[in-house]
Amino acid sequence: MLLRPISLSLALLLTAAPVFAQTPAAPTPPVVTQTEPRETIEGTLSQDRTVIAIPALATASVQNVAGLRTDSLGRQIAEVIAADLERSGLYDPMGPSGIPAVSRAEVQAPRFAEWQARNAENVVHGFVDASGTGGLVVGCYLYDTALGSELVRKGFEIQPGDWRRAAHKCADAIYSRLSGEAPFFDSRVAYIAESGPKGNRIKRLAIMDSDGGNHRFITNGQALAISPRFSPDYKKIVYVSYLNNRVRVFIYDVAAGSQKLVTESSNATFAPRWSPDGTQILYSMAVNGNTDIYRISANGGTPVRLTSTPGIDVGGSFSPDGKKIVFESDRSGGQQIYTMNIDGSNQQRISFGGGRAATPEWSPRGDLIAFTRMGGGEFRIGVMTPSGGGVRMLTNSWQDEAPTWSPNGRVIQFFRTTPGREGKSSLWQVDLTGVNMRRLPTPQDGSDPSWGPVLP
Amino acid sequence: MTIRKSTAMIAAITMLAVGACAKKAPDTLPPAPEGTGTDTGAGTGTGVVPGSQEDFLASVGAMGDRVFFDYDQYNVDAQDQATLQTQSQWLQRNPAVRVTLEGHADERGTRDYNIALGERRANAAKNYLASLGVDPSRIQVISYGKERPAEIGSTEEAYAKNRRAVTVVIGR
Repeated sequence: MLLRPISLSLALLLTAAPVFAQTPAAPTPPVVTQTEPRETIEGTLSQDRTVIAIPALATASVQNVAGLRTDSLGRQIAEVIAADLERSGLYDPMGPSGIPAVSRAEVQAPRFAEWQARNAENVVHGFVDASGTGGLVVGCYLYDTALGSELVRKGFEIQPGDWRRAAHKCADAIYSRLSGEAPFFDSRVAYIAESGPKGNRIKRLAIMDSDGGNHRFITNGQALAISPRFSPDYKKIVYVSYLNNRVRVFIYDVAAGSQKLVTESSNATFAPRWSPDGTQILYSMAVNGNTDIYRISANGGTPVRLTSTPGIDVGGSFSPDGKKIVFESDRSGGQQIYTMNIDGSNQQRISFGGGRAATPEWSPRGDLIAFTRMGGGEFRIGVMTPSGGGVRMLTNSWQDEAPTWSPNGRVIQFFRTTPGREGKSSLWQVDLTGVNMRRLPTPQDGSDPSWGPVLP
Repeated sequence: MTIRKSTAMIAAITMLAVGACAKKAPDTLPPAPEGTGTDTGAGTGTGVVPGSQEDFLASVGAMGDRVFFDYDQYNVDAQDQATLQTQSQWLQRNPAVRVTLEGHADERGTRDYNIALGERRANAAKNYLASLGVDPSRIQVISYGKERPAEIGSTEEAYAKNRRAVTVVIGR
């Protein structure tokens, strides 16, 4: 996958500098930053949403690049940008259908008065040009129509097959500029695709973009697959496979299409998680019926046992600074949430109140922990601070389970199961404020979502 | 909170359990044992191979291959002990046979916790069989958590049938 940010002054010179097309950008480690508490969205989605006009991206000349026409891509990229911004719940995109297309010359000289007349507070313009070296150059601009000012200018050189990523990068730049939040659209999700009857579910590892695009099945369904997690660099997926009727954690190499065991053991290993830097893996292991949490290098070696109570200690999620782990334990009776240092010291219960609390996931921003609350026959998704305060429930359904955070810590995905013989599982997401609940499109039923960081 | 309310109910559950067993997935069922005839097991004389899964079920009764647990519990109660004693007698008559103890949970737990809970249940049953003299090396354990319910449904009745540890013959 090649997506290379470029300055748009370079873009104009690009055909004279074909060397750029051949050099993949080096992956950069995810940067975790703490930010101020975010604002709360009040009211319904129909109020206060900024109207953004997004006409089809222009092209200097219609060309066919690897079977894709630059003018068609201009419309499709605009559609993906509009869908991303709409899904955020903050914006009311207009176009590309139903509004005029723009010329290549207009991209840097918008007709502000016309967009104002359409009540668009902002307008997105852009272009898709052939790079001359088999790739594409995509530019996108965000303007304030009232001020007549340019707010965003982004350029990307891409391989034609990565055009959706260019659209997500544009949408991210627009979203970040207007909301002040970190980007999150250009990211991927690993999850479990489910099919077949409930008593004999076929469960396959699958991956897709954060909007459901570029969907791909990884495993064939012959062995049950559950609880996947993308490595921070997206090159690997750690998950549990019932291959050969055993319960074991595997690391799947996405590019190679091969997998290896996290650790050799005759015991069941499950509930794996990556450390934020991708060097360590947490997993749970049951020995004679007693489950504890272990940490091991992603390259193997000797595991370190972190818990030793007689109860079930399971799961676990690193804090974004890699110094603490939040996990669940039933040592007090029912499942509750605890934190500890990464060496297992200083184990402290943080969840109290009614019901049980499970599946904790530390926000990439570090400020909150998402979890599943069980009580009254229902599972709901909630958040609390790392010290257990400020509990807020975000969903209210029969069974919502297993939250996972967007890269910017603003949106939570989870899976929802409906009761009964015909019960289904599906992927959903909700804003941190509990509004903007949406179902993710998947080709089959879905569960166990795992949202990765923003792509480099 | 126990599921054994009456003899009639046991009979009903038995019928359902047999059906659920027959519908098990190929990928969760071990390979069918080959009838080598080397065991001197309690064959029924009706073509059932001694030491086979069919022989086991014929001996312990269709319901006798599993024990049930209360919500979030894994203790082996008196009725479970009786079931496991019947199983141990068959296992001691067929000393070359190995079995898998499958631990299961109902759908009212989170996925990873339920795998841990199924491990507890399968090990509780394994330990009881071992206490009766069955060599524990003959028993392997696997937890399916909530992944393989025997009874589909979101009712107390279905949940009670799904909180189980099932003994399955895997060969010798």
